[in-house]
Amino acid sequence: MSQLTDLTVKQAVEALNSGACSSLELTSSLMERTNNLEPAVQAYLTRIPELAIEQANAADAKRKIFKKNNSAIPILLGLPIAVKDVLAVDGIRCTCGSKILENFVPVYTATCVRKLQDAGVVILGKTNTDEFAMGSSTENSAYFTTRNPWDLERVPGGSSGGSAAAVAARFTPAALGTDTGGSVRQPASFCGLSGIKPTYGRVSRYGLIAYGSSLDCAGVLARTVEDTALLLQIMAGFDPKDATTMDVPVPDYQLDDRTDLRGLRIGIPAEYFIKGIQPEVEKAVHTAIAKFGEMGATIKEVSLPHTEYALPVYYLIAPAEASANLARYDGVRFGKRIPTESNIEMFKQSRGAGFGSEVKRRIMLGTYALSAGYYDAYYGQAQKVRTLIKQDFEKVFESVDMIAAPVAPTTAFKRGVHTEDPLAMYLEDVFTLPANLAGVPGLAFCCGFDDQKLPIGMQLMGPHFKEEILFRAGHAYQQVTDWHKCSPEL
Amino acid sequence: MSLTRKEVIHIAKLARLELSDSEIERYQHQLSSILEYADRLKALDTSDIPPTSSVLPARSRFREDTPTKSLPVNKLLQNAPLAEKDQFKVPPALEEQK
Repeated sequence: MSQLTDLTVKQAVEALNSGACSSLELTSSLMERTNNLEPAVQAYLTRIPELAIEQANAADAKRKIFKKNNSAIPILLGLPIAVKDVLAVDGIRCTCGSKILENFVPVYTATCVRKLQDAGVVILGKTNTDEFAMGSSTENSAYFTTRNPWDLERVPGGSSGGSAAAVAARFTPAALGTDTGGSVRQPASFCGLSGIKPTYGRVSRYGLIAYGSSLDCAGVLARTVEDTALLLQIMAGFDPKDATTMDVPVPDYQLDDRTDLRGLRIGIPAEYFIKGIQPEVEKAVHTAIAKFGEMGATIKEVSLPHTEYALPVYYLIAPAEASANLARYDGVRFGKRIPTESNIEMFKQSRGAGFGSEVKRRIMLGTYALSAGYYDAYYGQAQKVRTLIKQDFEKVFESVDMIAAPVAPTTAFKRGVHTEDPLAMYLEDVFTLPANLAGVPGLAFCCGFDDQKLPIGMQLMGPHFKEEILFRAGHAYQQVTDWHKCSPEL
Repeated sequence: MSLTRKEVIHIAKLARLELSDSEIERYQHQLSSILEYADRLKALDTSDIPPTSSVLPARSRFREDTPTKSLPVNKLLQNAPLAEKDQFKVPPALEEQK
């Protein structure tokens, strides 16, 4: 058997079930590797070594009892995972990468995390994120910037950059992320991983600390497509605590090794292969598409004509929702409070001191877009163009089963290159935003490397609640390619 | 779309954000360029297009009104910056004039 830290989710579950290793051994190996390399990578905002060991021991003890009683063993029993620090876990500090929540300890657990805990996972810690998930590099974290394990001078992507770096550095076989405008797929792409952003309404948002409520989705980052499917299987489904989860059946995501994709129709949107895209990215994605063709899929040119408007639509709607959602941080019930003589002063000063510059920028932008006299011109118009973007997808899915495109225009960029120009940073999201605006699922995975040896990611986007066909296609691709097996040297 | 300094101060007031002079200046410049970029949306004719506020089908969901156990008050107050007698404590609100 290879090193315990190299195991994928699937391999780890097999090793635990066969008795090849205990959860304590697996958890300890991952923690030891993290101890050695975390100073260089800086993936975690909060580590919980004692609690992790305690959970692992408990999992091992439970396994013995289950075996003795001949009862069914929870399918992820003893599997360690990391959790992005915008998902609440009862009793474990949750900062959202913000100073305003520096000492905040949630009193309940996000539904998607609780479901995984019920299936037996061990939580290793909370991973770094851009403040309130607003960013594409983790440079907006109020604490520190996570490094990309492929090149420590570069960003891991964002906002789930801590989760991506932790998986790529082999601190954990999988990590949870959230994707409001690309925050699972883009870091997965920058770190050479697989990442699923499910359909909006597929996974409960209860306990996902809100940024843009009509866009936020909890997802998974792992080293294989199959691993993301294994975890999403547990997380997905209706939750009475989130009225926006859909009460539709969750299919069995179980994958087989078939690589015959005959009958599958894949659309290639011209709007995603635009000027300014890194040539190696374009080439790698086209090569991968050809591979899908070799596996029997029909490749067809399609058009999503309103793609260019996704960026301005997103950067009005998401900040508008954020400005409302983040109104709760006022120093009254939780979070930082600057003591003052009056309430209004307390709100202003607590927020002014507690929020970082990107969060303030988006609150300002959203407040403006919603304010009297500008609502129709900005927020209202953005909501209407969102309809056009959604209709683009609906129309295309009449003639193809899924769409293939790059995840980002470039591979991982160096720290600091976009920090002075917010608009340039926003442009990094140009290919991931449309899926969030339309609510469709997106699956990112590695399809090559550029000449700097940095991973290139592609994504498949499908109709609402059709994650399983994305998994099947992505898994088939990983049966005939080895990109997902590449690991950074650390 | 170019924002004036006065407008930026007004937005900050609406958003209850205390901003420094240098922040006001920076946001005036940055928000203007973002809004300028967003102005391209105005070129689209959307007179017949309904707005999308949720991608899910519009529907109401009913459930039984069953009482469940609430979280204990002391647990909920553990994150409070200031609490007294099982309540959040804040500066006087009624004396506000502005």
